[in-house]
Amino acid sequence: MNNKTEQYELNKGLAQMLKGGVIMDVTTPEQAIIAQEAGACAVMALERIPADIRAAGGVSRMSDPKMIKGIQEAVSIPVMAKCRIGHFVEAQILEAIEIDYIDESEVLSPADDIYHIDKTKFKVPFVCGARDLGEALRRINEGASMIRTKGEPGTGDVIQAVRHLRKMNSEIRKLVSMSEDELFEAAKELRVPYDLALYVHENGKLPVVNFAAGGVATPADAALMMQLGAEGVFVGSGIFKSGDPKKRAAAIVEAVTNYQDAKLIAKLSEDLGEAMVGINPNEIKIIMEERGR
Amino acid sequence: MKIGVLALQGAFIEHIKMLENVLTKKEMSELVDLVEIRQLKDLEGLDALVLPGGESTVQGKLLHDLNLFNPIKELIESGMPVLATCAGLILLAKEIENEKGFHLGTFPIKVVRNAYGRQLGSFVTKENVGTIENYPLTFIRAPYIKERLSKDVEVLSVVDDKIVGVKYKNQIGLAFHPEMTKDNRIHEEFLKLVLENCKNKTSNKLAS
Repeated sequence: MNNKTEQYELNKGLAQMLKGGVIMDVTTPEQAIIAQEAGACAVMALERIPADIRAAGGVSRMSDPKMIKGIQEAVSIPVMAKCRIGHFVEAQILEAIEIDYIDESEVLSPADDIYHIDKTKFKVPFVCGARDLGEALRRINEGASMIRTKGEPGTGDVIQAVRHLRKMNSEIRKLVSMSEDELFEAAKELRVPYDLALYVHENGKLPVVNFAAGGVATPADAALMMQLGAEGVFVGSGIFKSGDPKKRAAAIVEAVTNYQDAKLIAKLSEDLGEAMVGINPNEIKIIMEERGR
Repeated sequence: MKIGVLALQGAFIEHIKMLENVLTKKEMSELVDLVEIRQLKDLEGLDALVLPGGESTVQGKLLHDLNLFNPIKELIESGMPVLATCAGLILLAKEIENEKGFHLGTFPIKVVRNAYGRQLGSFVTKENVGTIENYPLTFIRAPYIKERLSKDVEVLSVVDDKIVGVKYKNQIGLAFHPEMTKDNRIHEEFLKLVLENCKNKTSNKLAS
Protein backbone atom coordinates (compact mmCIF):
# COMPACT_ATOMS: atom_id res chain seq x y z
CA MET A 1 0.00 0.00 0.00
CA ASN A 2 1.26 3.46 -0.88
CA ASN A 3 1.20 6.08 1.83
CA LYS A 4 -0.50 9.44 1.15
CA THR A 5 2.64 11.26 0.00
CA GLU A 6 3.66 8.40 -2.28
CA GLN A 7 0.17 8.23 -3.76
CA TYR A 8 0.14 11.99 -4.41
CA GLU A 9 3.55 11.77 -6.12
CA LEU A 10 2.29 8.87 -8.27
CA ASN A 11 -0.83 10.86 -9.15
CA LYS A 12 1.17 13.93 -10.12
CA GLY A 13 3.42 11.52 -12.02
CA LEU A 14 0.57 10.18 -14.12
CA ALA A 15 -0.22 13.76 -15.18
CA GLN A 16 3.45 14.15 -16.15
CA MET A 17 3.08 11.12 -18.43
CA LEU A 18 0.17 12.85 -20.19
CA LYS A 19 2.19 15.98 -21.00
CA GLY A 20 2.56 16.98 -24.61
CA GLY A 21 -0.64 15.10 -25.32
CA VAL A 22 -4.29 15.65 -26.14
CA ILE A 23 -7.13 14.46 -23.91
CA MET A 24 -10.38 14.01 -25.83
CA ASP A 25 -14.01 13.98 -24.72
CA VAL A 26 -15.81 10.83 -25.85
CA THR A 27 -19.33 9.57 -25.27
CA THR A 28 -19.16 5.99 -26.61
CA PRO A 29 -16.62 3.14 -26.84
CA GLU A 30 -16.54 3.69 -30.61
CA GLN A 31 -15.53 7.31 -30.17
CA ALA A 32 -12.96 6.26 -27.57
CA ILE A 33 -11.36 3.91 -30.08
CA ILE A 34 -11.30 6.63 -32.74
CA ALA A 35 -9.66 8.96 -30.21
CA GLN A 36 -7.03 6.38 -29.22
CA GLU A 37 -6.22 5.61 -32.85
CA ALA A 38 -5.93 9.31 -33.59
CA GLY A 39 -3.32 9.62 -30.82
CA ALA A 40 -5.22 10.82 -27.74
CA CYS A 41 -3.11 10.35 -24.58
CA ALA A 42 -6.28 9.87 -22.50
CA VAL A 43 -10.03 10.10 -22.97
CA MET A 44 -12.68 11.82 -20.88
CA ALA A 45 -15.75 9.60 -20.70
CA LEU A 46 -19.00 11.53 -20.47
CA GLU A 47 -22.61 11.10 -21.48
CA ARG A 48 -22.89 14.35 -23.35
CA ILE A 49 -20.14 16.59 -24.60
CA PRO A 50 -20.20 20.17 -23.24
CA ALA A 51 -21.83 21.66 -26.37
CA ASP A 52 -24.76 19.28 -25.94
CA ILE A 53 -24.92 19.83 -22.18
CA ARG A 54 -25.22 23.51 -22.97
CA ALA A 55 -27.91 22.92 -25.59
CA ALA A 56 -29.91 20.55 -23.41
CA GLY A 57 -29.88 22.74 -20.29
CA GLY A 58 -31.17 21.41 -16.98
CA VAL A 59 -29.00 19.63 -14.40
CA SER A 60 -26.08 17.60 -15.68
CA ARG A 61 -24.51 14.92 -13.50
CA MET A 62 -21.85 12.23 -13.41
CA SER A 63 -22.20 9.71 -16.27
CA ASP A 64 -23.63 6.22 -15.93
CA PRO A 65 -20.85 3.99 -14.52
CA LYS A 66 -21.80 1.30 -17.01
CA MET A 67 -21.12 3.62 -19.90
CA ILE A 68 -17.76 4.60 -18.37
CA LYS A 69 -16.83 0.93 -17.89
CA GLY A 70 -17.62 0.27 -21.55
CA ILE A 71 -15.08 2.91 -22.49
CA GLN A 72 -12.51 1.56 -19.99
CA GLU A 73 -12.78 -1.83 -21.67
CA ALA A 74 -12.44 -0.39 -25.18
CA VAL A 75 -9.09 1.40 -24.81
CA SER A 76 -5.65 0.94 -23.20
CA ILE A 77 -4.98 4.66 -22.58
CA PRO A 78 -6.07 6.27 -19.27
CA VAL A 79 -9.78 7.00 -18.85
CA MET A 80 -10.99 10.09 -17.00
CA ALA A 81 -14.52 11.00 -15.96
CA LYS A 82 -16.24 14.05 -14.52
CA CYS A 83 -18.04 14.51 -11.22
CA ARG A 84 -19.90 17.60 -10.05
CA ILE A 85 -18.05 20.21 -8.02
CA GLY A 86 -18.36 19.27 -4.34
CA HIS A 87 -20.11 15.95 -5.05
CA PHE A 88 -17.77 13.64 -3.17
CA VAL A 89 -20.08 10.65 -3.49
CA GLU A 90 -19.94 10.81 -7.28
CA ALA A 91 -16.15 10.89 -6.81
CA GLN A 92 -16.31 7.85 -4.52
CA ILE A 93 -18.27 6.00 -7.21
CA LEU A 94 -15.71 6.89 -9.87
CA GLU A 95 -12.92 5.71 -7.56
CA ALA A 96 -14.83 2.47 -6.96
CA ILE A 97 -14.86 1.69 -10.69
CA GLU A 98 -11.11 2.45 -10.80
CA ILE A 99 -11.18 5.49 -13.01
CA ASP A 100 -7.66 6.77 -13.78
CA TYR A 101 -8.43 10.46 -13.19
CA ILE A 102 -11.45 12.37 -11.85
CA ASP A 103 -12.28 15.78 -13.29
CA GLU A 104 -14.13 17.80 -10.64
CA SER A 105 -15.73 19.85 -13.34
CA GLU A 106 -17.62 23.09 -13.76
CA VAL A 107 -19.10 21.63 -16.95
CA LEU A 108 -21.53 19.65 -14.82
CA SER A 109 -23.98 21.40 -12.52
CA PRO A 110 -22.22 22.16 -9.20
CA ALA A 111 -23.50 20.13 -6.22
CA ASP A 112 -22.00 22.51 -3.66
CA ASP A 113 -21.66 26.24 -4.10
CA ILE A 114 -19.14 26.70 -1.27
CA TYR A 115 -16.97 23.64 -0.83
CA HIS A 116 -14.97 21.63 -3.33
CA ILE A 117 -14.27 17.96 -2.70
CA ASP A 118 -11.56 17.22 -0.13
CA LYS A 119 -9.41 15.43 -2.66
CA THR A 120 -6.79 14.45 -0.11
CA LYS A 121 -9.26 11.79 1.08
CA PHE A 122 -8.98 9.93 -2.23
CA LYS A 123 -6.37 7.59 -3.68
CA VAL A 124 -7.43 8.30 -7.24
CA PRO A 125 -6.06 11.53 -8.82
CA PHE A 126 -8.08 14.68 -9.52
CA VAL A 127 -7.81 17.35 -12.20
CA CYS A 128 -9.57 20.67 -11.55
CA GLY A 129 -10.29 23.78 -13.60
CA ALA A 130 -8.86 27.19 -12.72
CA ARG A 131 -9.17 30.70 -14.12
CA ASP A 132 -6.25 32.19 -12.27
CA LEU A 133 -3.37 31.34 -9.97
CA GLY A 134 -5.46 31.64 -6.80
CA GLU A 135 -8.04 29.13 -8.01
CA ALA A 136 -5.28 26.78 -9.20
CA LEU A 137 -3.39 26.81 -5.90
CA ARG A 138 -6.59 26.44 -3.85
CA ARG A 139 -7.49 23.32 -5.85
CA ILE A 140 -3.95 21.98 -5.39
CA ASN A 141 -4.21 22.63 -1.66
CA GLU A 142 -7.42 20.55 -1.66
CA GLY A 143 -5.46 17.71 -3.26
CA ALA A 144 -5.73 18.19 -7.04
CA SER A 145 -2.73 16.64 -8.80
CA MET A 146 -3.34 18.31 -12.16
CA ILE A 147 -4.81 21.67 -13.24
CA ARG A 148 -6.48 22.79 -16.45
CA THR A 149 -7.73 26.20 -17.47
CA LYS A 150 -11.50 26.43 -17.41
CA GLY A 151 -12.06 28.13 -20.71
CA GLU A 152 -15.74 28.37 -21.53
CA PRO A 153 -16.71 24.77 -22.33
CA GLY A 154 -18.80 23.81 -25.31
CA THR A 155 -18.44 27.11 -27.13
CA GLY A 156 -15.67 26.35 -29.61
CA ASP A 157 -14.34 29.78 -28.67
CA VAL A 158 -10.80 29.75 -27.33
CA ILE A 159 -10.83 33.26 -25.86
CA GLN A 160 -11.50 32.26 -22.25
CA ALA A 161 -8.81 29.57 -22.21
CA VAL A 162 -6.34 32.14 -23.54
CA ARG A 163 -7.45 34.65 -20.92
CA HIS A 164 -7.11 32.15 -18.08
CA LEU A 165 -3.71 30.86 -19.12
CA ARG A 166 -2.33 34.35 -19.69
CA LYS A 167 -3.64 35.48 -16.33
CA MET A 168 -2.12 32.49 -14.56
CA ASN A 169 1.24 33.02 -16.26
CA SER A 170 1.33 36.70 -15.44
CA GLU A 171 0.45 36.03 -11.79
CA ILE A 172 3.18 33.39 -11.64
CA ARG A 173 5.73 35.88 -13.01
CA LYS A 174 4.60 38.41 -10.42
CA LEU A 175 5.20 35.94 -7.57
CA VAL A 176 8.60 34.99 -8.97
CA SER A 177 9.75 38.61 -9.01
CA MET A 178 8.68 39.31 -5.41
CA SER A 179 11.02 39.40 -2.46
CA GLU A 180 10.37 36.69 0.09
CA ASP A 181 8.83 38.98 2.68
CA GLU A 182 6.29 40.18 0.12
CA LEU A 183 5.06 36.61 -0.38
CA PHE A 184 3.12 36.57 2.90
CA GLU A 185 0.87 39.37 1.72
CA ALA A 186 0.65 37.91 -1.81
CA ALA A 187 -0.48 34.56 -0.42
CA LYS A 188 -3.13 36.35 1.59
CA GLU A 189 -4.36 38.26 -1.45
CA LEU A 190 -4.45 35.12 -3.57
CA ARG A 191 -6.24 33.32 -0.71
CA VAL A 192 -3.73 30.46 -0.84
CA PRO A 193 -1.37 28.84 1.70
CA TYR A 194 2.06 30.43 2.03
CA ASP A 195 4.00 27.27 1.17
CA LEU A 196 2.29 26.99 -2.23
CA ALA A 197 3.02 30.66 -2.97
CA LEU A 198 6.63 30.00 -1.97
CA TYR A 199 6.82 27.00 -4.33
CA VAL A 200 5.66 29.13 -7.25
CA HIS A 201 8.10 31.90 -6.25
CA GLU A 202 11.02 29.44 -6.24
CA ASN A 203 10.10 27.32 -9.26
CA GLY A 204 8.27 29.72 -11.55
CA LYS A 205 5.53 27.19 -12.21
CA LEU A 206 2.64 25.36 -10.60
CA PRO A 207 3.61 22.34 -8.49
CA VAL A 208 1.49 20.15 -10.81
CA VAL A 209 1.01 19.76 -14.57
CA ASN A 210 -1.13 22.44 -16.22
CA PHE A 211 -3.23 21.73 -19.34
CA ALA A 212 -5.38 24.06 -21.43
CA ALA A 213 -9.09 23.36 -21.81
CA GLY A 214 -12.20 25.01 -23.14
CA GLY A 215 -12.99 26.04 -26.68
CA VAL A 216 -10.03 24.38 -28.45
CA ALA A 217 -11.36 23.47 -31.92
CA THR A 218 -8.48 23.57 -34.42
CA PRO A 219 -4.80 22.51 -34.63
CA ALA A 220 -3.97 26.23 -34.51
CA ASP A 221 -5.97 26.67 -31.28
CA ALA A 222 -4.09 23.77 -29.71
CA ALA A 223 -0.68 25.10 -30.80
CA LEU A 224 -1.65 28.55 -29.53
CA MET A 225 -2.29 27.15 -26.06
CA MET A 226 1.01 25.23 -26.16
CA GLN A 227 2.96 28.32 -27.20
CA LEU A 228 1.32 30.20 -24.34
CA GLY A 229 2.81 27.59 -22.00
CA ALA A 230 0.17 24.88 -21.58
CA GLU A 231 1.71 21.43 -21.04
CA GLY A 232 -1.01 19.67 -23.02
CA VAL A 233 -4.55 20.20 -24.25
CA PHE A 234 -8.06 18.98 -23.52
CA VAL A 235 -10.37 18.98 -26.53
CA GLY A 236 -14.01 18.63 -25.65
CA SER A 237 -16.71 19.33 -28.16
CA GLY A 238 -14.20 20.40 -30.82
CA ILE A 239 -13.59 16.93 -32.25
CA PHE A 240 -16.82 14.99 -32.32
CA LYS A 241 -18.85 18.11 -33.19
CA SER A 242 -16.79 18.63 -36.34
CA GLY A 243 -17.17 17.30 -39.86
CA ASP A 244 -14.29 14.80 -39.87
CA PRO A 245 -13.50 13.84 -36.23
CA LYS A 246 -10.81 11.29 -37.08
CA LYS A 247 -8.77 13.62 -39.22
CA ARG A 248 -9.22 16.63 -36.96
CA ALA A 249 -8.24 14.61 -33.87
CA ALA A 250 -5.04 13.35 -35.50
CA ALA A 251 -4.17 16.83 -36.76
CA ILE A 252 -4.59 18.36 -33.29
CA VAL A 253 -2.35 15.64 -31.79
CA GLU A 254 0.43 16.35 -34.29
CA ALA A 255 0.06 20.10 -33.83
CA VAL A 256 0.56 19.72 -30.07
CA THR A 257 3.82 17.79 -30.56
CA ASN A 258 5.21 20.24 -33.10
CA TYR A 259 3.50 23.36 -31.81
CA GLN A 260 6.30 25.64 -32.96
CA ASP A 261 6.44 24.46 -36.56
CA ALA A 262 4.08 26.77 -38.45
CA LYS A 263 4.74 25.07 -41.79
CA LEU A 264 3.66 21.72 -40.42
CA ILE A 265 0.60 23.19 -38.69
CA ALA A 266 -0.36 24.84 -41.98
CA LYS A 267 -0.31 21.44 -43.63
CA LEU A 268 -2.21 19.88 -40.76
CA SER A 269 -4.90 22.56 -41.03
CA GLU A 270 -5.72 21.72 -44.65
CA ASP A 271 -8.94 19.95 -45.59
CA LEU A 272 -10.17 19.28 -42.10
CA GLY A 273 -13.78 19.82 -43.13
CA GLU A 274 -16.26 21.76 -41.05
CA ALA A 275 -15.03 22.94 -37.64
CA MET A 276 -17.60 22.95 -34.87
CA VAL A 277 -19.89 25.90 -35.41
CA GLY A 278 -19.23 27.47 -32.04
CA ILE A 279 -21.02 30.11 -30.08
CA ASN A 280 -19.78 33.38 -28.77
CA PRO A 281 -19.56 33.39 -24.95
CA ASN A 282 -21.22 36.83 -24.95
CA GLU A 283 -24.33 35.31 -26.47
CA ILE A 284 -24.87 32.62 -23.86
CA LYS A 285 -26.67 32.69 -20.56
CA ILE A 286 -24.90 29.98 -18.58
CA ILE A 287 -21.31 30.92 -17.81
CA MET A 288 -19.70 27.70 -16.64
CA GLU A 289 -16.31 29.19 -15.83
CA GLU A 290 -17.80 31.08 -12.88
CA ARG A 291 -18.71 27.84 -11.19
CA GLY A 292 -16.42 26.82 -8.32
CA ARG A 293 -13.87 29.43 -7.25
CA MET B 1 28.35 13.80 -28.80
CA LYS B 2 24.64 14.20 -29.44
CA ILE B 3 22.09 12.63 -27.09
CA GLY B 4 18.43 12.84 -28.04
CA VAL B 5 15.30 12.42 -25.97
CA LEU B 6 12.21 11.48 -27.96
CA ALA B 7 9.90 14.44 -27.33
CA LEU B 8 6.72 13.45 -29.13
CA GLN B 9 4.67 13.11 -25.94
CA GLY B 10 5.16 12.28 -22.28
CA ALA B 11 7.76 12.93 -19.59
CA PHE B 12 10.70 13.86 -21.82
CA ILE B 13 11.70 17.05 -19.96
CA GLU B 14 12.25 14.99 -16.81
CA HIS B 15 14.87 12.87 -18.66
CA ILE B 16 16.60 15.95 -20.03
CA LYS B 17 16.80 17.45 -16.53
CA MET B 18 18.18 14.17 -15.18
CA LEU B 19 20.90 14.06 -17.84
CA GLU B 20 21.74 17.72 -17.24
CA ASN B 21 22.17 16.93 -13.54
CA VAL B 22 24.61 14.12 -14.30
CA LEU B 23 26.71 16.03 -16.81
CA THR B 24 29.19 18.57 -15.55
CA LYS B 25 29.00 22.13 -16.85
CA LYS B 26 32.14 21.57 -18.88
CA GLU B 27 30.70 18.44 -20.47
CA MET B 28 27.47 20.28 -21.24
CA SER B 29 29.21 23.13 -23.01
CA GLU B 30 32.02 21.27 -24.74
CA LEU B 31 31.15 17.63 -25.12
CA VAL B 32 27.47 16.88 -25.10
CA ASP B 33 24.58 18.20 -27.12
CA LEU B 34 21.22 17.35 -25.51
CA VAL B 35 18.34 17.59 -27.99
CA GLU B 36 14.60 16.98 -28.16
CA ILE B 37 13.65 14.69 -31.02
CA ARG B 38 10.44 15.85 -32.67
CA GLN B 39 11.23 15.63 -36.37
CA LEU B 40 13.42 13.80 -38.84
CA LYS B 41 16.02 16.57 -38.98
CA ASP B 42 16.62 16.21 -35.22
CA LEU B 43 18.09 12.72 -35.77
CA GLU B 44 21.12 13.96 -37.70
CA GLY B 45 24.37 12.85 -36.08
CA LEU B 46 22.60 11.23 -33.14
CA ASP B 47 24.79 9.10 -30.80
CA ALA B 48 22.22 7.95 -28.24
CA LEU B 49 18.50 8.06 -27.61
CA VAL B 50 16.19 8.08 -24.60
CA LEU B 51 12.59 6.88 -25.04
CA PRO B 52 10.59 8.42 -22.19
CA GLY B 53 7.42 7.46 -20.37
CA GLY B 54 4.08 8.62 -21.69
CA GLU B 55 1.46 6.85 -23.75
CA SER B 56 2.99 4.29 -26.10
CA THR B 57 0.03 4.32 -28.50
CA VAL B 58 0.45 8.08 -29.00
CA GLN B 59 4.22 7.92 -29.35
CA GLY B 60 4.03 4.91 -31.69
CA LYS B 61 1.53 6.65 -33.94
CA LEU B 62 3.52 9.89 -34.05
CA LEU B 63 6.71 7.96 -34.92
CA HIS B 64 4.93 6.89 -38.10
CA ASP B 65 3.17 10.18 -38.85
CA LEU B 66 6.40 12.15 -38.54
CA ASN B 67 8.42 9.61 -40.56
CA LEU B 68 10.69 8.84 -37.62
CA PHE B 69 9.86 5.16 -37.35
CA ASN B 70 12.27 3.55 -39.81
CA PRO B 71 15.24 5.86 -39.19
CA ILE B 72 15.05 5.28 -35.43
CA LYS B 73 14.65 1.52 -35.87
CA GLU B 74 17.72 1.46 -38.11
CA LEU B 75 19.77 3.53 -35.66
CA ILE B 76 18.94 1.16 -32.80
CA GLU B 77 19.65 -1.91 -34.90
CA SER B 78 23.00 -0.48 -35.92
CA GLY B 79 24.04 -0.34 -32.26
CA MET B 80 23.15 3.15 -31.00
CA PRO B 81 22.63 3.06 -27.20
CA VAL B 82 19.01 3.43 -26.08
CA LEU B 83 17.47 3.93 -22.66
CA ALA B 84 13.74 3.21 -22.68
CA THR B 85 11.41 3.71 -19.74
CA CYS B 86 7.81 2.51 -19.34
CA ALA B 87 6.08 3.52 -22.61
CA GLY B 88 9.52 3.50 -24.22
CA LEU B 89 9.95 -0.14 -23.22
CA ILE B 90 6.65 -0.97 -24.93
CA LEU B 91 7.85 0.86 -28.07
CA LEU B 92 10.95 -1.36 -28.22
CA ALA B 93 9.33 -4.71 -27.37
CA LYS B 94 9.14 -7.41 -30.02
CA GLU B 95 5.82 -8.66 -28.64
CA ILE B 96 2.97 -7.11 -26.65
CA GLU B 97 0.69 -9.54 -24.84
CA ASN B 98 -2.85 -9.79 -26.25
CA GLU B 99 -2.01 -7.52 -29.15
CA LYS B 100 -1.21 -8.46 -32.70
CA GLY B 101 1.06 -5.57 -33.52
CA PHE B 102 4.21 -4.14 -32.01
CA HIS B 103 6.13 -0.91 -32.51
CA LEU B 104 9.89 -0.79 -33.14
CA GLY B 105 10.34 -4.44 -32.16
CA THR B 106 14.12 -4.19 -31.63
CA PHE B 107 14.08 -5.74 -28.14
CA PRO B 108 13.42 -9.52 -28.02
CA ILE B 109 11.02 -9.48 -25.10
CA LYS B 110 7.30 -9.92 -24.55
CA VAL B 111 5.71 -7.18 -22.43
CA VAL B 112 2.34 -6.89 -20.73
CA ARG B 113 0.77 -3.46 -21.06
CA ASN B 114 -0.86 -1.87 -17.95
CA ALA B 115 0.30 -5.02 -16.19
CA TYR B 116 -0.52 -3.75 -12.71
CA GLY B 117 -3.97 -2.46 -13.64
CA ARG B 118 -5.22 1.10 -13.63
CA GLN B 119 -3.86 4.13 -11.75
CA LEU B 120 -4.93 2.67 -8.39
CA GLY B 121 -2.40 -0.12 -9.06
CA SER B 122 0.52 2.34 -9.43
CA PHE B 123 3.17 1.97 -6.73
CA VAL B 124 6.67 2.76 -5.48
CA THR B 125 9.27 0.36 -4.09
CA LYS B 126 13.05 -0.17 -3.83
CA GLU B 127 15.09 -2.81 -5.59
CA ASN B 128 18.49 -3.43 -7.14
CA VAL B 129 18.90 -2.54 -10.81
CA GLY B 130 21.89 -4.37 -12.28
CA THR B 131 24.86 -3.33 -10.15
CA ILE B 132 22.96 -0.35 -8.71
CA GLU B 133 21.76 -1.19 -5.23
CA ASN B 134 18.55 -0.16 -3.55
CA TYR B 135 17.23 2.06 -6.31
CA PRO B 136 13.83 3.80 -5.86
CA LEU B 137 11.39 2.43 -8.44
CA THR B 138 8.26 4.32 -9.52
CA PHE B 139 5.65 2.31 -11.42
CA ILE B 140 2.84 4.30 -13.07
CA ARG B 141 0.31 2.22 -15.00
CA ALA B 142 3.42 0.25 -15.76
CA PRO B 143 4.14 -2.75 -17.98
CA TYR B 144 6.39 -5.67 -17.02
CA ILE B 145 8.41 -8.17 -19.02
CA LYS B 146 6.67 -11.50 -19.23
CA GLU B 147 9.13 -13.36 -21.39
CA ARG B 148 12.64 -13.12 -22.75
CA LEU B 149 12.72 -14.11 -26.42
CA SER B 150 16.52 -14.34 -26.60
CA LYS B 151 19.16 -15.81 -24.32
CA ASP B 152 21.12 -12.60 -24.68
CA VAL B 153 18.53 -10.59 -22.77
CA GLU B 154 20.06 -9.84 -19.38
CA VAL B 155 17.76 -9.30 -16.38
CA LEU B 156 18.58 -6.10 -14.47
CA SER B 157 15.74 -5.97 -11.99
CA VAL B 158 12.96 -8.14 -10.58
CA VAL B 159 10.06 -7.01 -8.37
CA ASP B 160 7.61 -9.57 -6.91
CA ASP B 161 8.85 -12.26 -9.31
CA LYS B 162 8.21 -10.02 -12.31
CA ILE B 163 11.04 -8.83 -14.56
CA VAL B 164 11.00 -5.02 -14.66
CA GLY B 165 14.44 -4.16 -16.04
CA VAL B 166 16.37 -5.72 -18.94
CA LYS B 167 19.43 -5.14 -21.09
CA TYR B 168 20.07 -6.44 -24.58
CA LYS B 169 23.23 -5.35 -26.36
CA ASN B 170 22.89 -1.57 -26.76
CA GLN B 171 19.37 -1.37 -25.34
CA ILE B 172 18.27 -0.84 -21.74
CA GLY B 173 14.56 -1.27 -21.02
CA LEU B 174 12.91 -0.35 -17.72
CA ALA B 175 9.25 -0.73 -16.73
CA PHE B 176 9.63 2.00 -14.10
CA HIS B 177 10.55 5.70 -14.18
CA PRO B 178 14.11 6.62 -13.10
CA GLU B 179 13.37 10.16 -14.38
CA MET B 180 10.72 10.60 -11.67
CA THR B 181 13.22 10.11 -8.83
CA LYS B 182 16.05 12.23 -7.49
CA ASP B 183 18.47 9.33 -7.93
CA ASN B 184 20.84 9.91 -10.90
CA ARG B 185 22.57 6.55 -10.89
CA ILE B 186 20.73 4.96 -13.84
CA HIS B 187 21.33 7.98 -16.05
CA GLU B 188 24.99 7.96 -14.99
CA GLU B 189 25.29 4.33 -16.06
CA PHE B 190 23.62 5.09 -19.36
CA LEU B 191 25.99 7.98 -20.04
CA LYS B 192 28.95 5.70 -19.38
CA LEU B 193 27.59 3.26 -21.94
CA VAL B 194 27.12 6.08 -24.45
CA LEU B 195 30.66 7.39 -23.91
CA GLU B 196 32.14 3.94 -24.33
CA ASN B 197 30.15 3.40 -27.49
CA CYS B 198 31.35 6.72 -28.93
CA LYS B 199 34.98 5.86 -28.15
CA ASN B 200 34.64 2.50 -29.89
CA LYS B 201 33.09 4.17 -32.90
CA THR B 202 36.00 6.59 -33.22
CA SER B 203 38.65 3.91 -32.74
CA ASN B 204 36.93 1.70 -35.32
CA LYS B 205 36.97 4.58 -37.75
CA LEU B 206 40.68 5.17 -37.10
CA ALA B 207 41.44 1.45 -37.54
CA SER B 208 39.71 1.31 -40.89
